[in-house]
Amino acid sequence: MEIPAIVGAGLIVIGAGMGIGRIGGSAMEAIARQPEASGKIQTAMIIAAALIEGIGFAALFAV
Amino acid sequence: MQIKRFGFFAFLLAFSISRLAFASDDHEAHGDHDEPADKGIKEQIEEVKDHHLKDSHSFHLWGDHANGTSVEFPLPVILWDGELHFFRSSEFHHNENQVVESKGSYFRLYHSKIYKTDAEGTIHYDEEHHATNERPLDFSITKTVFSTILVGLLMLWLFGSVAKRYKKDLVPRGIAKFMEPLVILVRDDIARPNIGEKDYKRFMPYLLTVFFFIWIANLIGQTPLGINITGNIAVTLGLALITFFITQFSGKKDYWAHIFWMPGVPYLMRVVLMPIELLGLFVKPFSLMIRLYANILAGHVVIMSIIGLIFVFGAWGAKGAFFGLTFFLSIIELLVAFLQAYIFTMLSALYFGSAVEEHDEHH
Repeated sequence: MEIPAIVGAGLIVIGAGMGIGRIGGSAMEAIARQPEASGKIQTAMIIAAALIEGIGFAALFAV
Repeated sequence: MQIKRFGFFAFLLAFSISRLAFASDDHEAHGDHDEPADKGIKEQIEEVKDHHLKDSHSFHLWGDHANGTSVEFPLPVILWDGELHFFRSSEFHHNENQVVESKGSYFRLYHSKIYKTDAEGTIHYDEEHHATNERPLDFSITKTVFSTILVGLLMLWLFGSVAKRYKKDLVPRGIAKFMEPLVILVRDDIARPNIGEKDYKRFMPYLLTVFFFIWIANLIGQTPLGINITGNIAVTLGLALITFFITQFSGKKDYWAHIFWMPGVPYLMRVVLMPIELLGLFVKPFSLMIRLYANILAGHVVIMSIIGLIFVFGAWGAKGAFFGLTFFLSIIELLVAFLQAYIFTMLSALYFGSAVEEHDEHH
């Protein structure tokens, strides 16, 4: 039986979602520990999330 | 303050309602065909959605061509196939069967693209039902091109007036008061930490231009005019290419050394790393292009689909719920519009920073 490509895309999106979720969670913790560094943490968080998001979109477009 | 905040939300609500009014206009107009009103509503929604997302040769505002309620204005069509053809898009009469004659050549719209045909407008197909007719080079001022020029003129006017203010007085007033924090955000949060104190000034003009262009283009895409600039992959390709070329041309010795002969790692690893780094060179602008395009396109698709659901469900409760969802998603999209402009600028700055970076010590 052949597995359709969309299933693979779905798996990648799940992975990307988990990744972005972890980044967001860790950033929240870090901000709670060091509120004065929130600006820098937010910037790093957005960059990392954007990079993962790129992979998710690439998967969706490959289908 | 309270009143101001209330005013902002009233504005947003009015915005969603106006969008809905436009969509319903489209819907009703399509319903006027001889088919029963509730038959094929999904196809109708699909049609409106496609029409909104794709670029077109005329600027359609509302109404339908079939019953003459259409409100729109034609845009110039500029074609090149050895000689220059120039005519108004209204000569196609929104009819894909209409053949336009120009300087002895015949042109016809087929799936919103212009093909060269004979006088009868015959389209030849291959086995997969793709048209095999010759296509002229299309330099037309399409809807996207037109709105891009519009955004450009808006920015010229906006920043021209802001600059004039600062010549008179260094205290910002009026629109300058609104722009100054944004310009400072780009300078202090994006350019300085990523590029470095020494070089950031050189890149500020580009970073500010690209930030405000993407932001304003995204916001204009949220109006009910049906403009979709940054959701067009050709536009984002152009933006990503500019970032790519600026990065390569400002690359210093250390930047190229890190790509071709990575310092501080064993020799075998350097050979392995070279193709990976070379690939990374092209993956960076590619991901910039895809990220902006996909985010904006996805946002438009979701909002159009939710608006479509209002017409699919008959019960007023469901209609109200989906109207609320449209309102909520519109607010999210306003945030995304800013966030995507911010990320594009931020990553551009990051790439510029890596290009101009100088390493004192070797790791």
